[in-house]
Amino acid sequence: MAETDKDRFTSTKGAGPGRWAFKSFVRANAVPVMFLALCGLGILGSGKPPLFLLQEAVVRVARNSFTVLSLVIPVVAGLGLNFAIVLGAMAGQAGLIAVTAMGTSGIGGLIAAVAIALPLALMLGWMAGSIMNRAKGREMITGMILGFFMNGVYQLVFLFGIGTVIRLKNAALVLPQGVGLRNTVDLVTVKYALDNLLSLYAGFGYVPLATFAVVALLAWGVISLFKTKLGQDMRAVGQDMRVSEAAGINVDRTRNLAVVTSTVLAAIGQIIFLQNIGTLNTYDSHGQIGTFAIAALLVGGATISKATVGQALLGTFLFHLLFIVSPYAGQNLLGSAQIGEYFRVFVAYAIIAVSLALHSLQRARMAVRR
Amino acid sequence: MSAAETRTPAAVRERILKAVDAFGLPRLTVVLFLVFLFVLGGIKGVPIDDLASNSLGRFGMNAVMVLSMVPAVQCGIGPNFGLPLGLLAGVIGMVTSMELRLTGFAGLAFALGLGTLLGALVGIAYGHLLNRVRGQEMMVGTYAGFAAVSGMCVFWLLMPFRNPQLLWPLGGTGLRVTISLGDYFGNILDNLWVFRIGMVKVPTGLILLVLAVAAGYKLFEMTRVGTAMDLAGQNEQFARAAGIDVARMRVTGTAVSTAMGAFGIVLYAQTYGFVQLYLAPLMMAFPAVAAILIGGASPRNASIANALVGTLLFQSLLVTTVPVTQSVVRGDISEVVRLIVSNGMVLYALTRGRGGGGNG
Amino acid sequence: MSDQILLEMDRISKEYYGNRVLKDVSLRVRPGEIHGLVGENGAGKSTLMNVLFGMPVIHSTGGYEGEVRFGGQKVWFRNPREAIEAGIGMVHQEFMLIPGFSVAENIKLNREPLRETALSRVLGSQLKALDWAEMRKDARRALDVVGLGIDEMLPIAGLPIGFMQFIEVAREVDKLGVRLLVFDEPTALLTEVEADQLLQALKRIAISGIGVIFISHRLEEVLGICDNVTVLRDGEVVACMPGRDATIGHVAELMVGRKVERPVLPPRPKEPSDDDIVLEVRELHVDMPGEEVKGVSLDVRRGEILGIGGLAGQGKTGIGNGMMGLFPATGSVRKDDATIRLDVAGEAYKRGIAFLSEDRKGIGLILERPVEYNVTVVAMLVKGTFQRSLAGGIRIRDKRAALSHTRGAIADLDIRCMGPGQVVRRLSGGNQQKVCIARALALDPEVLLVSEPTRGIDVGAKEKVLDLLVNLNREKGVTIVLTSSELSELRKVCDRVAIIYGGKLVDILSPEDSNARFGLAMAGKKVEDTA
Repeated sequence: MAETDKDRFTSTKGAGPGRWAFKSFVRANAVPVMFLALCGLGILGSGKPPLFLLQEAVVRVARNSFTVLSLVIPVVAGLGLNFAIVLGAMAGQAGLIAVTAMGTSGIGGLIAAVAIALPLALMLGWMAGSIMNRAKGREMITGMILGFFMNGVYQLVFLFGIGTVIRLKNAALVLPQGVGLRNTVDLVTVKYALDNLLSLYAGFGYVPLATFAVVALLAWGVISLFKTKLGQDMRAVGQDMRVSEAAGINVDRTRNLAVVTSTVLAAIGQIIFLQNIGTLNTYDSHGQIGTFAIAALLVGGATISKATVGQALLGTFLFHLLFIVSPYAGQNLLGSAQIGEYFRVFVAYAIIAVSLALHSLQRARMAVRR
Repeated sequence: MSAAETRTPAAVRERILKAVDAFGLPRLTVVLFLVFLFVLGGIKGVPIDDLASNSLGRFGMNAVMVLSMVPAVQCGIGPNFGLPLGLLAGVIGMVTSMELRLTGFAGLAFALGLGTLLGALVGIAYGHLLNRVRGQEMMVGTYAGFAAVSGMCVFWLLMPFRNPQLLWPLGGTGLRVTISLGDYFGNILDNLWVFRIGMVKVPTGLILLVLAVAAGYKLFEMTRVGTAMDLAGQNEQFARAAGIDVARMRVTGTAVSTAMGAFGIVLYAQTYGFVQLYLAPLMMAFPAVAAILIGGASPRNASIANALVGTLLFQSLLVTTVPVTQSVVRGDISEVVRLIVSNGMVLYALTRGRGGGGNG
Repeated sequence: MSDQILLEMDRISKEYYGNRVLKDVSLRVRPGEIHGLVGENGAGKSTLMNVLFGMPVIHSTGGYEGEVRFGGQKVWFRNPREAIEAGIGMVHQEFMLIPGFSVAENIKLNREPLRETALSRVLGSQLKALDWAEMRKDARRALDVVGLGIDEMLPIAGLPIGFMQFIEVAREVDKLGVRLLVFDEPTALLTEVEADQLLQALKRIAISGIGVIFISHRLEEVLGICDNVTVLRDGEVVACMPGRDATIGHVAELMVGRKVERPVLPPRPKEPSDDDIVLEVRELHVDMPGEEVKGVSLDVRRGEILGIGGLAGQGKTGIGNGMMGLFPATGSVRKDDATIRLDVAGEAYKRGIAFLSEDRKGIGLILERPVEYNVTVVAMLVKGTFQRSLAGGIRIRDKRAALSHTRGAIADLDIRCMGPGQVVRRLSGGNQQKVCIARALALDPEVLLVSEPTRGIDVGAKEKVLDLLVNLNREKGVTIVLTSSELSELRKVCDRVAIIYGGKLVDILSPEDSNARFGLAMAGKKVEDTA
C-alpha cells in the first residue's frame, strides 16, 4: 500500500536533496532505467553511429507509438494487458486491403481505410470485451487465446474466402490458384501517405511530423479521457469492481467500452504502422504486434495494473532502440546477427513474463497485509 | 415429479438441454463435426483406412504431451501452458543422444531418460516460480515458456556439438533447425510389433508405451502422494487442514508434468522422424491444452481418460479435415481448423466461470 | 426528534423454505431518532434489513408479509438501488472504498459533480469533466459532519482502518436526500477512542434530522446512545424500550431468554470430572480474521460434551480452528501431556483429535467426489489407513476397503444417499453434514472438535445431527467440544458451556444457569459485574 502512496505523491521527481532524489527516482523507475542501461550496452556493442540509430528510432517510434498508447486504457480499466489488440490490427489490415483493392491513394486512402476498419473494429472490440467480461480474473489469457482464435478466422476469410465468397476485381491481389489473398500486398497507393503529409529533415534524417502530430493528439485524448466521468469510472472499475458495482457503476459496460476503444485505436495504429512499412504481409504482419506493443509498454515502466501515457511513449522508444541495435550487436560481438534477433525476441517475452510474475507477487503481498 | 411428469416434452427437452450444457456445446460440436467428416469421407470414397492409420499414429505422437496436462491440473496450477519448458528438456535429451551417436532403442532410451530427468529438474524450478504467482499461472507459464524457447535459440546457435548431422549444412556454428532421426531412432516404436487390421496400420510399440505411461500415472494417482496432490488441487483449504503441504504438492505436480512433457516430445519426434529446434516448440502447449479440454477436462479437473479421449478426437479431426474437404476447399485448411477448434475450445473453457467446463 | 414517523415497518413476517425467520416484527423510527436494534445471531436483524432494502434474496424466496412505510408512504423496493434512491443508506461492516482513490473521490464515487466539455456535447454526458472544486467542497462538508479533519485529497491506501470507517459514513451522509441511515456493527473494527468519536458523529447526524438505525452487539454503546432500543429474539420483537430505561443485564436477558427444554440424556459409564483432563489449553491466541482469540485458557474433561458459545465475531470459532493449526496461533495446547504443535496444520490429527469445520462446503467436503472418497481420504492421508500394498512395496488406495467402510458409515449414521459412489454435491445439507461426521469418525478420534454442526440444515435434520453427537459421546466415549452460535442447542446437549467475548473466556456456565447469566456472559459480563 505504501507503493501506491508513493506513486500518487511522487509525480514530481527529484524534490529534495540531490542524491536521495536520484535513488528514489531510480527505484520508482527501475525497469526503464535498467532497459536504458541495456540499450546503452547494445549501442556500444553495435558499433553503429548514434545518428544512424537515432533516425531508425525516430521512424520506429513514429509508426509504433499509436498502438502502444492503445494499451493504456485497458490497463487502467483493470483488464490488464490487452492481448486482444491483434483483433484491432486485423480490422485495420482489412481496411488497407480494401483500399488497395479499390485503388484509393494518398491520405484519402488512409482515411478510407480507417473508415472501413472502424465498424469492424467496433464489432470485434465489443465481442472481445463481452468475452473478457465473462472471464473476469483471466482477461489476459482469454485475450491471448481470442487473438489466436480470430487469427484462425482471419485466415479462413483471407485464405479461403477471397476468390470464392469475396470476389476481387483486382486479380493481381489473389494467389495463383485463384483462391486466397497474396502473401504480400504492396501498399503502393498509401505508402508513406501520413508520414509525407508533413515531414522535415533534421540533421540525422527525416522526421514524419504529421505522424507524430497524430500520436500527440491521441496522447492528449487519453489524458483528457481520464479527467472525464467515463475515465473516472474506468479508474474505479480498474481498482475494485465490487465497490464500483455497489456504487452503481455499470462495471461490465465500462470494461467493454475500454476494450472497444483499445481495439479501434489498435486498428488505426496498425494502419499507421503499415503505411510506413509499405508492404502488408497478409498472414504475418499482425502476428507479433500484441507481444511487441505490450513489451514496449512494460519497458516504459508500466505494470499490469498501472500505465500512463508517458510510460507508453518512453517504452516505445526504449524497446525499439533495443530492437534496432540487437542484430548489429550480435553480429559485432558474437559474429551472428541471428543471435541478436533471437535475443531481442527473448527480451520481449522475458519482460512480459517478469512483469506478470512481479504483479502476482505484489498482489499476494497486498492480500496478506489486508 | 411423478413418472408422467418426467416424460412431458417440456421436461424431456429440459433434460436434454441440461445434458448438452454439462457436456459442453463446443465438445459436442467437435464430436458431431468429426462424425460428419467421417461420413462425408465415406461417401466421397476417401480411404478410411488411411485416415484411421494416420489418426492412430498422431494419437500416439501427441498423447503423452496431452497426458502431461493431467498432473498440472490435478495439483492446482491449471493447464500447463509452460509445456515448452518440458519440451526443451526433451529436445536437449534427444540432441545429446544423437551427439553421443547412440542409435536404435539405446538412443531412444537415453533421450527419454535424460530428457525426463532434465524435465523433472526444470519442473521443480518452474513449480517454485508458479507458487509465487498464484492466480496467474496460465499467463506466467505461457510467457516463461515463450522466453525459454526464444532464449534457448541463442544456445542452439552456440552449442558446441560436433556431430555433423546436427550442424548447419554449410558449416558455421550452431545446430540446424530440423534434424533427421532416420539414422537414430526414427519410427522404431511405431514399427515395433506393428500389425495391420485390414489396411489400417497400428503402431503397436508406440501405443503400448503411451498406455504404459498412462497406467503408470494412474498408479501414481492412487498412492498417498498422488492422492495428496489431487486433494491439494481440488481444495487447498481442505488439503491444508489435513496437514498437506500444498506448495510442495504443486511443485510435485509441475515437476511430473514437465517431465512427462519431455517424454512426450521424444515420442512425437520419434514418429515425426525429425527433431525440431529453435521456435518450433513455441506454440505447442496450446493444442495440448485444447485436446484435454475437448476430452472433457476443465481448468480445475482433468483425468487420464480426458487426455486420451481428447487426443484421439482432436487428432482425428485434424487428420480427416484435409482429405475430406479437399474437393470443396482448395488448399490445406487443417491449419485454420486447428486454430479455430483448439482456441475456440480453450476460450469456451475460460469463459465458463469458476469451473470452466462441464465438470464444474 | 419530531412527531412524524420516518420509517414504519409494520408486522413484517418472512419465511425461508418453511422456516419462519420473522414474525410480526414492527419497528418505528422518527426523523432524528437513533434507534438501536439488538439480538443474537439469527434473531432476524439482517433479515429485517434485507426486507427494508429490497434485497434480491428476499424477493427470490417468496417476498414478505406486512408493510413498510417510509416518509408516510407505503414503499416496496425492488432492489437496493431503489431504496438508496428513496433516501435510505447503509453503512456496512465491509469497507466499500477504493484504495487508490483519494478520500474525496471515494466520497463522491459515481456521484461526482460534472462540467460540460466540448466532447460531452458531441459524444454524450459520460464525457463530462470532473468538477474538482465542487468535489472537494462536498467532501469537506461531509467530513466535517463526521468529525474527521484529514485532507480530503489524501489517498485511502495507508490510512488507519478507523478513518476508513468514518469515510464510509461520510459517503453516506453526502448522499443528497438521505433521510435514514442504517449502521451495521459500525464500531466492530474501531479502537475505544475511535468508537467514541463515531458515536459522537452519529449524534451529529441524528441532530441534522436523519433517522438512524444502529445495529450492534456492544450493548454499552447501544444503550449509551440510542433513544429507543428494539430487542429481537427468534424473529420476534420481545421488547421496545426507551434507551434510558434499559440496563445491560435486562437487555441481555431478553436477547437470550427462552424456555430451554433440556431432554434427558442417556447416562455414561463414567461421568466427566476435573480429575481427568484430556485437553489442556493455555493462553491460546489465534489470528483468525473476524474471530480473533486473545488468550483463552480452559480444560476439557475426558468424556464430556463441552460447549463453546458466544456472539459472532467474538472469537469462539477461532478456538477450534486455531487448535487445528488452520490459522496462525500461539499458546499451548496439550492432549494427555503431549504438546500439539500449532504452527503446522493438521498436527492435531496425529494425536487423535478430529475437526468438523463450520465451513462445510469450503473445507469440509469435496463436492464433486463421491461419498466414499470424502469419508476415507483424510484417514488415508493422515493415518495411512485404507491402503493396500502392491508388488514392489508400493502402497495405493484400497477402494474396496473404502467402499465397505463407507457402507457401514452410511448405515450407522443413516446417511440418505444412493450409495457410497454418489457425488456428495447431490446430498441435502443434513446428509452432507453426516458425511463430514463420518469422515471425522473414520479417523477414530478420541476428541472431536465440532463447529456449527447444524448451520444451514433444516429443522428436522438438526435434531438428528445433535442426537448423533450425543450417541457418539455416550456409546463411544468420544470427548466433544461443540462450538455453536445457537445457545439453545448448547444448553440442550452440553455438560458445560463456555462463553467467549472479545476473544477471551468470560465464564463457564452450567446449562441450567439462568437466562440472565447467559445473556450477560454473551455481552461480556460475568454475574459479579452487572451494570
